[in-house]
Amino acid sequence: MSLLDRPREVMRRDRVFDFMMPNPLDAARLDTRHGPILYLEDITVSFDGFKALDALTLYIDVGELRCIIGPNGAGKSTMMDVITGRIRPDHGQAWLGQRLDLLRMQETDISRAGIGRKFQKPTVFPEHRVVENLELAMAGPRGVWSTLRQHLDGEARDHIDSVLTEIGLESAGHSRAGQLSHGQKQWLEIGMLLMQNPQVLLVDEPVAGMTHQEMDRTGELLQRLAGRHSVVVVEHDMDFVRSIARTVTVLHQGAVLAEGSMDAIQADPRVVEVYLGE
Amino acid sequence: MASPQTSATRVIPERPWRRLLHGDMGGRILLGTLAVLIVVIPILNQGVSPSSPFHVSDYTVNLLGRYLCFALLALALDLVWGYAGILSLGHGAFFALGGYAMGMYLMRQIGDRGVYGDPILPDFMVFLGWEQLPWFWYGFDQFWFAALMVLLVPGVFGFIFGWLAFRSRVTGVYLSIISQAMTYALMLAFFRNEMGFGGNNGLTDFKDILGFSLADPQTRLALFVASAVALGLAYLLCRSVVRSRAGRVVRAVRDAEPRTRSLGYRTDHYKLWIWTLSAMLAGLAGALYVPQVGIINPSEFSPLNSIEVVVWVAVGGRGTLYGAALGGALVNYAQTLLTAMIAELWLFALGGLFVAVTLFFPRGLVGLLKRREDRS
Repeated sequence: MSLLDRPREVMRRDRVFDFMMPNPLDAARLDTRHGPILYLEDITVSFDGFKALDALTLYIDVGELRCIIGPNGAGKSTMMDVITGRIRPDHGQAWLGQRLDLLRMQETDISRAGIGRKFQKPTVFPEHRVVENLELAMAGPRGVWSTLRQHLDGEARDHIDSVLTEIGLESAGHSRAGQLSHGQKQWLEIGMLLMQNPQVLLVDEPVAGMTHQEMDRTGELLQRLAGRHSVVVVEHDMDFVRSIARTVTVLHQGAVLAEGSMDAIQADPRVVEVYLGE
Repeated sequence: MASPQTSATRVIPERPWRRLLHGDMGGRILLGTLAVLIVVIPILNQGVSPSSPFHVSDYTVNLLGRYLCFALLALALDLVWGYAGILSLGHGAFFALGGYAMGMYLMRQIGDRGVYGDPILPDFMVFLGWEQLPWFWYGFDQFWFAALMVLLVPGVFGFIFGWLAFRSRVTGVYLSIISQAMTYALMLAFFRNEMGFGGNNGLTDFKDILGFSLADPQTRLALFVASAVALGLAYLLCRSVVRSRAGRVVRAVRDAEPRTRSLGYRTDHYKLWIWTLSAMLAGLAGALYVPQVGIINPSEFSPLNSIEVVVWVAVGGRGTLYGAALGGALVNYAQTLLTAMIAELWLFALGGLFVAVTLFFPRGLVGLLKRREDRS
């Protein structure tokens, strides 16, 4: 009997073979008609009983620049890990647009679907020139055979040039990335994210270790990017957050403590209590 | 958006296989030298009378040909070590495999002129009392088949080794050690008579290649020219590979493999591909080497040989291609000079050279020359 089960399953009249199914990535193009591009609902992650995220609910709108602050251990990094697929939550839902269920996608698929993440520590390729770094990050085929024969067409060159201008490194395009200052490396890293045409940029502590001028330029860059991309910034530096933020979300013990404009947040007694005066 | 003043992308070549030597002074000098040698050496060897001080002896031609083979082997190693960061301590194995493939052809060319006069079986098989040719010796009486095997045998062997190693993410010193173990294992295997490759003595007593006697000065000259041409073409091939986008990905793998993987590149595929290409080039070097020395035996698989190749590349300058070729030729020239004077000191000199290079000029001779250039 069991021997026949498989053929029966295969021959079923209403069967749709896998290869006939539309590719979820192609078919379900980003649907953001309802406003938000990123939906996190009721996300709970626990490590050995400790709840890193506790029923976190958060929406990010299209083109929004959102700052997320919170004391150490508030769950900021865990939240990023859930969005990029590195950590699977115990329960809850995470959607990109209306149709892409992030919890069912692989890390690489999520990044291809348009979520780019900049890690805290810049990891550029030090021996490659700045433009070569951008080229490596460029969206496109990744196989040996195609990269072996590929030549950079005008469109790709324009793309690299425009990103180079965007991140303010036009004059350093020829330099080896290892020779850049710490701040410039951070910008290059953001540029490498931009080469993949992301919808959502997750930026982890972009101004750690930067000088004040560099901070200002980073703030301008992130504000420019908002609008074309949705930008989520996790940052400790309150001055920096104040200078760029439109909406701020305060995380505390794995859940949203407060959300609103910077002024409203600072007036909120619960936030003041958590931050002991800041 | 592209403004005319931001031409930064120009450093990325339009088509990597065109204008190959653009901005590559070392490569031009290498290819220029090879072209001059191809023209001048035959004239000085054949056209000038032996009594003239400008005459180049048959012995020197043969020696130069061997140096070029070593330069090609060094070039192959530099491709994986200098560009992909894979330190192979077993590249001598691919060299020897290519050499054996060529040796088998030369063996079958002997025909009935061997000591035992058997028209099919090489001498060592008759000596071992074998009745018929083992299956893997079939086809080696044809030059085209042997030439194919010269590339395929090291290529397939390298592919299998690399597939197992890179897929399991064996990197760094562990890969160096297993590559060393690989060549050692092959040496032990080829020492055995049952393997059917002449055991201890290997393959020797070659008579001719493509119908030309190997003892002939003209044949030696032709082999020298073939080695020079092979080195030149291999250089151009390697150069076009490292200038392509794939070449930049390979360098990215060398510097930060996890990051490259996170950008979506299958780094194991890239390593496997460049490793296999390198193994084939090493095999080609071995195949050109064997008719010029007249023998191939299991000692070519000796781990020491593979380590020497690493020293050549380090001395010449890793990650430059032409530097490696220079190192391969120069160190072997030094070896010829030194062993003629004080044979037992050579290994100490080689070891000292490696230590000196690592300590004082880590970028090799090429780096030393470049530094002088930068200063002036």
